[in-house]
Amino acid sequence: MLNKINAIGENCPIPVINAKNALKDMEVNQTLCILVDNLIATENLSKLAGELGYAYFVDRIDENQYEVRIIKSSILFKNSKTHENSIVVISSDVMGEGDKELGKALLKGFIYALAELENLPRIIIFYNSGAYITTEKSQSLDDLKLLFEKGVEILTCGACLNFYDLTDKLVVGEVTNMYSIAEKLSKAEKVIKP
Amino acid sequence: MLIGYESSDDASVYKLTDDIAIVNTLDFFSPIVEEPYLFGKIAAANALSDVYAMGGEVKTALNIVSFPEKLNPEILKEILRGGAEKVQEAGGVLSGGHSVNDESIKYGLSVTGIVHPNKILANNGCKVGDKVILTKPLGVGIVMSAKRMNVVDLEEYNEAVYLMQALNKYAAEKMLKYDVSACTDVTGFGFLGHLYEMVSKNQTIVVDSKNVPFIKGSYEHAKEFYITGLGQKNRNFLKGKVMFESKDFAMEEILFDPQTSGGLLIAVSERHADTLLQDLNELDIKSKIVAEVIKSKGYDIIVK
Repeated sequence: MLNKINAIGENCPIPVINAKNALKDMEVNQTLCILVDNLIATENLSKLAGELGYAYFVDRIDENQYEVRIIKSSILFKNSKTHENSIVVISSDVMGEGDKELGKALLKGFIYALAELENLPRIIIFYNSGAYITTEKSQSLDDLKLLFEKGVEILTCGACLNFYDLTDKLVVGEVTNMYSIAEKLSKAEKVIKP
Repeated sequence: MLIGYESSDDASVYKLTDDIAIVNTLDFFSPIVEEPYLFGKIAAANALSDVYAMGGEVKTALNIVSFPEKLNPEILKEILRGGAEKVQEAGGVLSGGHSVNDESIKYGLSVTGIVHPNKILANNGCKVGDKVILTKPLGVGIVMSAKRMNVVDLEEYNEAVYLMQALNKYAAEKMLKYDVSACTDVTGFGFLGHLYEMVSKNQTIVVDSKNVPFIKGSYEHAKEFYITGLGQKNRNFLKGKVMFESKDFAMEEILFDPQTSGGLLIAVSERHADTLLQDLNELDIKSKIVAEVIKSKGYDIIVK
């Protein structure tokens, strides 16, 4: 569920206090989206999220519009760097070329290590046979849930889920489409492909 | 011209004779309290403060007013009454001014004072070994921010208003008797912003945050994020210049909090620090030694 606050035209402390109150009433893992019209307000909202130990992302929509998303994560972590605009792309259910079993074990190890990083990626996108990793029989579900709770967006390609007949078996994160994947990848500062 | 554009002082100082220099300063702003009379007092105390921070005395003042025609003129009368009382308390003469019809209320003063040309206190000029005294508690901006959101109790609000309308005159008169090397007043740039104006190359000012006075309740309000945009601007401006040795978010916010008509920051030689402090603490608003000037340790300011 997405909770929205439109704080365009409001000066601090109003956006910050409204966000604080909204977060109080929200369930764990819900996202609060706050629209503000100045950069300083995004910085104050970032301080709020940082102090509460929640993950946050800041997007500049245009000169007078910024979107801050705060995820009420269940695991408190201070000063994580999820807002750095880096994306991890998992395009296969194995890591590297060669033995398939080794490739699966490597990918599981990679996602485990990712969850332990101090500087988390902002988004992980799964497509093609990568779609297996976010669904029922995956061995990485616990690590992915941890990443999600730490505020990392987990997105799986809908067409791919459909192709492998996994549509109703998705466990972590949300379904996305190629338009959104293309847009996110083109905006990313860094794309990591294991 | 002794002090003008090139320094970060808020007033200009012009030498007339060997004994007299004139200090010119002006300041005006929008109402920060609802009561017109109190707003007048606060705006005037704030404008007069720059003369005191220079080590000068107030001589004359002129009103600067913007006021909507459609509002009750009684409001303006009350604002001017508050301002006039403060000018009188400062020992100055209020001699008219200028008002314009505008959409919003703004009020302040243009102030003229005098100072001996050899006794001007610039805001930079403190020496290694100096102690820095703060003459009013901080947290005014945070309390007013909490007031906007209706979570402030009357006692805190009254304290903030009392501090804002109090003249820096009495603290300034006392400081002139001692070996003071620099002085500034704390206003929009906050405690750390104005402290930064005082520090010279090859110096670091070390702040003992445990000794920094603040309005009771402002710490709790900062913790609850009743913070301002200006405070964040101050934080951004001082990025890389201030090092916090320990993490205390609410205290940081207090140190960055913009003040209206804040107290004086006085750099005084170590040997005079305690006696000046004692002398200042005869006043009803209590002062504290909050920092000391040492040889540079890389940062302009270190907060312990």
